[in-house]
Amino acid sequence: MPFLLDLFAQALNGLSYGVLLFLLSVGLTLIFGMLDVVNLAHGSFYMLGAYAGLTLIGVTNNFWLALAVAPVAVGVIGVLIERGCLRPLYRRGPLDQVLLTFGLIYLFEDLVKWIWGGKIRSIPPPDLFAGSVTLWGATVPSYRLFVIVFGLAMAVALWLLIERTRLGAIIRAGVFDAEMAAGLGINIQRVFTGVFAFGAALAGLSGVIAGPIQSAQPPMGATILIPALIVVVVGGLGSLKGSLVGSLIIGQAETFGKVWLPGASMLMIYVVMAAIVLLRPHGLFGRPLK
Amino acid sequence: MSAPPLLSIEQLARHFGALNAVNGVSLAIAPRERRAIIGPNGAGKTTLFNLITGHLAPSGGRILFGGDLITGLPPHAVARRGISRSFQRTNLFPKLSVRENLRLAAAADGRGSYNLFGSVGRLRAPLDKAVEVAEAVGLAPRLDEPAGRLSYGEQRQLEVGVALAISPKLLLLDEPTAGMSPEETQRMTRMLEGLPREITLLIIEHDMDVVSSLADRVTVLHYGEVLVEGTFGEVKTDPRVYEVYLGTA
Amino acid sequence: MIPRLILAAALVAALAAFPLFAGNYPVKLLQEILIWGIFAMSLDLLMGYAGMVSFGHSAFFGVGGYVAALALLKSPGPVSALLLPAAAAALAALVIGFFSIRVSGVYFIMLTLAFSQMFYAVTFQAAWLGAEDGIVGVPRPVALGLDTGRPLQFHLYLVAVVTLAALALWRIVRSPFGHVLRGIHENEPRMEAVGYAVNRYKLLAFVIAGTVAGLAGSLYTQQVGSITPDAFLWTTSGEALLMVIIGGTGTLGGAVLGAAAFILLQSMVSSYTERWMLILGLTFVLLVLFAPGGIVGALRGRIGIRS
Repeated sequence: MPFLLDLFAQALNGLSYGVLLFLLSVGLTLIFGMLDVVNLAHGSFYMLGAYAGLTLIGVTNNFWLALAVAPVAVGVIGVLIERGCLRPLYRRGPLDQVLLTFGLIYLFEDLVKWIWGGKIRSIPPPDLFAGSVTLWGATVPSYRLFVIVFGLAMAVALWLLIERTRLGAIIRAGVFDAEMAAGLGINIQRVFTGVFAFGAALAGLSGVIAGPIQSAQPPMGATILIPALIVVVVGGLGSLKGSLVGSLIIGQAETFGKVWLPGASMLMIYVVMAAIVLLRPHGLFGRPLK
Repeated sequence: MSAPPLLSIEQLARHFGALNAVNGVSLAIAPRERRAIIGPNGAGKTTLFNLITGHLAPSGGRILFGGDLITGLPPHAVARRGISRSFQRTNLFPKLSVRENLRLAAAADGRGSYNLFGSVGRLRAPLDKAVEVAEAVGLAPRLDEPAGRLSYGEQRQLEVGVALAISPKLLLLDEPTAGMSPEETQRMTRMLEGLPREITLLIIEHDMDVVSSLADRVTVLHYGEVLVEGTFGEVKTDPRVYEVYLGTA
Repeated sequence: MIPRLILAAALVAALAAFPLFAGNYPVKLLQEILIWGIFAMSLDLLMGYAGMVSFGHSAFFGVGGYVAALALLKSPGPVSALLLPAAAAALAALVIGFFSIRVSGVYFIMLTLAFSQMFYAVTFQAAWLGAEDGIVGVPRPVALGLDTGRPLQFHLYLVAVVTLAALALWRIVRSPFGHVLRGIHENEPRMEAVGYAVNRYKLLAFVIAGTVAGLAGSLYTQQVGSITPDAFLWTTSGEALLMVIIGGTGTLGGAVLGAAAFILLQSMVSSYTERWMLILGLTFVLLVLFAPGGIVGALRGRIGIRS
């Protein structure tokens, strides 16, 4: 039944896109939820990851090396940004943070354009997953399947980290009430830097993985930021579960929007967002801020 | 009580997970009464206030004001009904002048506040009320100071003033003398004593001198429940209250 | 002390007479500054006075721009140029405000941003709105007794409309309503506790700000002669936000100064280097880190005035 096959193939597309959104939004939601910081430059970390991946693959011809190293590089950049630019702004509230991170978007995008040029650069998938696979009659690029499996594995790993380790408990405490966590003797500054860097690294990871699917171009950070923000709005600030559920929903909404409403595909995710926010203003799993 | 109560609280409860902050409290305050709520820290006094003013939704029970059900109303609706409140932690408009702090509260009945092109100076009633309340709380000489620049004691006076400026029928005062020196406490007590009896008072206090000067009746809360109720003299000599305050309970 | 009224009148006169002294390009820049200035000013009403940080203000700019384009193509008069765009923007603000004002802080920022992007999505793909290319060939109206098709008359018309809008905002900020907004900004919970239905006031502020933004968008369409989906981009909102902050929030006039600074900087830098985005971004970062009060704040600090 070709219709069902089509549906299946599209659902897989939506799933792989959802994975990208998930990795991106986890960092964003933790940063929002814990640091109370509006980090609009999060998309820039995604872009930097893609370009770092591009360069590393170009130099070493090894996708897996790039996958391991690029996120670390982006994480380091995250540490520098948090320490240098954001720490002075914690007390100052969302306005200054919005502005500063907005400036960072411009800065990074132009920097990347300067170094790598403005043209689209394609990134080849690793040889292992360069072909396609036939699944229940539908032909799917095997790279997409890798992305989906990798994403789900990451989701499980993150869940274990956040819910089952001491570090995760500290992070959860920080998200719930940073002041109180600090009062309990936790070095909250270091946790903040750590969470920020971790979020940036995840965004960078998402960028590397996205490379073979979306190619690398300077506006890519700004372009994916909006769906990522919508995922956070829909899922709720500071909630890992919300990130997962939200990115699955939005990933499918955007993909099926393209299929069912080609003339208004971009509208789909906003309609979904508006519907969810109407019923639950703080997102599916979010809480009002203090 | 021959007249119907002004404020009637029936089996009010509020849980936070496993914690019963308020656990089946019933109270009746008569019009013109001055009631003090006392009890050790954590007894649920401020939570009770938050429930009355609509800042918290109750887990159970009802609140009636003037015979009308007000449970679950949002804070601004409760204020409009005539219940005003001062806060334990000073809650003012620091960059605005004393006069503006009071004027804003006095203008809260909404008349004229949606005026887009008019002038604040033309709305005489709130301005006059602001001056009147400033005099009542002893802040007349400081009318044009920004509230943030007042001394702590003056800020606590303004704190009560803002609550008074909305011309309430029932005034809830949450530890009005918290952190005050003895002189400031005396000044505040005399000011509260001097308030017209038409304003029914409900006061949370720790300072027993203030309670004995002001209160007609005292309710003692402990672990979210009413332990004892009576005049100050009766409560003072009740052995259960003694135990509670000395920590054997 | 020269009364402020005379200073203001002199300023308006100077602005109106500008084309007599300057060439086409500077006049165009000035007009851009006025249009973006009033756009940023409306945002300042929201941010600096009501304390609502919105990242979706471009939604109303764009709605005003598109409605003006469609209406002017049909009938180039004052209704199309001013009334319809403002009304449409007001309606959009009412709807978006209804959704967004139920939350605050970071949630509010993100919701408003998402809604403005929604408009971008719709106009980008809508063939009847010109899709990616937008609407072009929009005629200038005959309004306020002027045939604004002629450059000098358009300039006078623009200065007049902007001045009236600025005046209206100035009055609103000083009105009883404006005082309530300030109270909400200072201490929202206490305003609730004394009896103000805070959300209603916030919604009204949102609608007023949106209406003026729509007017700005309409003026933009009239100045440029066209409108594209880029008007709705979140970067448009972001740039307006920037202008308000550069000039200093809560000052109204600062927004125009910020607009001037931004537009002049962009114009100067982009004529020297392709890397103007880099420089602009760097400027924002440095500005936030080292000059939090904005231009007006720095000036005030020098003179030692508190307002």
